[in-house]
Amino acid sequence: MAIDPSLVGRTYPSSDAYEVGIEKIREFADAIGDPNPVYRERQAARALGHPDVIAPPTFPIVMTFQASRRLIEDPELGIDYTRVVHGEQRFAHSRPVLAGDALTVTVTLESVRSVGGHDMLTSRSDVATVTGEHVVTAWSTLVVRGDG
Amino acid sequence: MVSLTVEDTAVGTALPAQAFSIRRADLVRYAGASGDFNVIHWNERVATSVGLPGVIAHGMFTMALAARVVTDWAGDPARVVEYGVRFTRPVPVPDDDTGATVEVTGVVAAVLENDRVRVDLTVSQAGAKVLGRAQAVVQL
Repeated sequence: MAIDPSLVGRTYPSSDAYEVGIEKIREFADAIGDPNPVYRERQAARALGHPDVIAPPTFPIVMTFQASRRLIEDPELGIDYTRVVHGEQRFAHSRPVLAGDALTVTVTLESVRSVGGHDMLTSRSDVATVTGEHVVTAWSTLVVRGDG
Repeated sequence: MVSLTVEDTAVGTALPAQAFSIRRADLVRYAGASGDFNVIHWNERVATSVGLPGVIAHGMFTMALAARVVTDWAGDPARVVEYGVRFTRPVPVPDDDTGATVEVTGVVAAVLENDRVRVDLTVSQAGAKVLGRAQAVVQL
């Protein structure tokens, strides 16, 4: 079922702020097997000029994946999640995510297009602090496989 | 800290290559840390029932591993200001002690404005590319 193009631009505002814990960053760094001390020790992060431990560049997926469920589960989009494949992912950072950040995620349906019987939809997740400082924007392109 | 010099960042400069092994236990750990518990990343029965060759790695996990080549080279991971990939081919992870091996190479592909360079990554498994248009922008 094709996604209604008139829904492009629909925005899903943030619910509660995501509070970034240092242990969550350490857990994520462990999970990707990266021993870099800048993801673990405040002293190492400060030596590079950061106010606190920083998160790896793809860490924002933790909160944008969660936030994008509001779009994926929007009944008006009618997405069958069992047919969804992750097609593309991109991040553009104003600064790294820091331990102690309280972040909001606003999700927007940026585009939909049909390619070879599949729907491709791109969502944009704007991640900012609760005081409005932009941190990172993530774009996810999901491919909803057609009945094929 | 490590500082990149003009010589380090000339177009055509190769970044130190790295290889990463992915085992089933790594996928379980990544699922927990990322919150992506899609069954195709841990359940063989379900993965094969939807036409996959078996349990496959999270695309985001492969993307995170590939970033290491850039963050290690850049010295400060915060210099990686943009990073994007296309997921072009799944990475099957067999249920054994060896798992799958992903090989990552990178090259400085372009010098951009504002003291930035673009790094193009080649990410492959068993000789086949698994990510397409894998590019990072590094702030010098």
